[in-house]
Amino acid sequence: MNIQDVPQDNAGFLKEGKVRDVCYAVDDEGNYSQVLSVGWTPKNEAIKQAWDQVNSKAEKIRQKVINGKLSPLAYHMEKGLMNIALLSQYTGFSRWTIRRHLKPLRFKKLSSADLEKYAEALTISIETLKTI
Amino acid sequence: MILDFSHKMSAHCENGTTVNMLKFHGIKLTEPLVFGIASGCFFSYMPFIKVNDLPVISFRNWPGVIFNRATSKLGVSVERMKFSSIDKSMVKLDELIDNGIPAGLLVGVYYLTYFPPEYRFHFNAHNLVVIGKENGQYYISDPVMENIETLTEKELQRVRFAKGTYPPKGRMYWIKNVPEKINLELAICKGIKKNCDDMLRIPIPLFGIKGIRYMASRLKSWDTRYGEHKASLRLGQFIRMLEEIGTGGAGFRFMYAAFLQEAAGILNIPAMKELSEDMTKIGDSWRNFASMGAKNLRNRGVPATPYRDLSQLLLDIAGREEKLFRQLDNIIK
Repeated sequence: MNIQDVPQDNAGFLKEGKVRDVCYAVDDEGNYSQVLSVGWTPKNEAIKQAWDQVNSKAEKIRQKVINGKLSPLAYHMEKGLMNIALLSQYTGFSRWTIRRHLKPLRFKKLSSADLEKYAEALTISIETLKTI
Repeated sequence: MILDFSHKMSAHCENGTTVNMLKFHGIKLTEPLVFGIASGCFFSYMPFIKVNDLPVISFRNWPGVIFNRATSKLGVSVERMKFSSIDKSMVKLDELIDNGIPAGLLVGVYYLTYFPPEYRFHFNAHNLVVIGKENGQYYISDPVMENIETLTEKELQRVRFAKGTYPPKGRMYWIKNVPEKINLELAICKGIKKNCDDMLRIPIPLFGIKGIRYMASRLKSWDTRYGEHKASLRLGQFIRMLEEIGTGGAGFRFMYAAFLQEAAGILNIPAMKELSEDMTKIGDSWRNFASMGAKNLRNRGVPATPYRDLSQLLLDIAGREEKLFRQLDNIIK
């Protein structure tokens, strides 16, 4: 890849002055050097696809929450890229307990201390955790 | 106290911490040199290990290998630790900083506050160097960031003890002693030799050139086997591994080409410079594969680039990489 061919396709993932991709490219004499790039379309699309996948799964769960099948915790767990096993390690709740908290009725009875544990693991506020 | 540490960006985090820490101790090497000495260029396809339900594909050696191999081949003595107690891990870190030694840490990126949100998934093999502590803030030299960043004690604890696959457990590493004189030529030769072995002679079909061929044979039928949607998700994962932050482009192939170029000069072997040019072309082919594959991520239904064609591209790359590493192997003998 030549230096002038290093793509600069900005999809908003990377930012100049903060974080950019370091690419290795050759000049006209064939000598290698580092060039900074803000992105490349094929890669941006792959990243976008991964997030679309997360969002579409979360959307399905959101519908179930609206229909009263699941608690908001299920939605925020999906949004936060967590699963029951990981959430269990971060909060200290057992998997079995978390599975119960995914039910709307049980979730409503949670103490604020327990809610705080979930909110902290998911880096959201308790208010956000309760809503969708 | 904040150490006088020169922060230089790198394509890859572990190369970066190694380069910057070596420089702090007076050994000035470039990222490609460190990568090459550590025999970093690799390929592995492990369909039975999954990340986010998708098979793991890697273009470099395992986490931790770069620092270990580079330092051991240069004769630099290092120390590594991991912890079960969070408190002890922070005390030890403070102790190192107070003694004026920068400390490399293995961390998870999920809670890494300064990272771009789109990159914060559960990945537990990121590397950074702690270079100081002042007013409860830790100063961080993270090789993928353009500037020095800071983290509070609590934030740093959280990333050091991230959970999930391969938890970092507060892993920490630092340089103890550097020899007065390093034998760079020998280190480079050893690095290349080991890299040829890894690419050509691992007797398991998942690794090296065999791994690329194995993957090509599987890729051919991804769409019929998994359905168009799941096949495109796998392809997306592959493209991210190839190009996402840290490879320097084309799954480390450009970085390795840069290494061969530098090595050709140091060892005075002109033939190696030609191999560097070949490697650049192979890198271009990997990029071509990525852009052809990315077309399948957009539209649903019939794949824009048939998987059979993608498989063919991979086979072509495998053939050329095999030829290159065989030639390299002969030169270095």
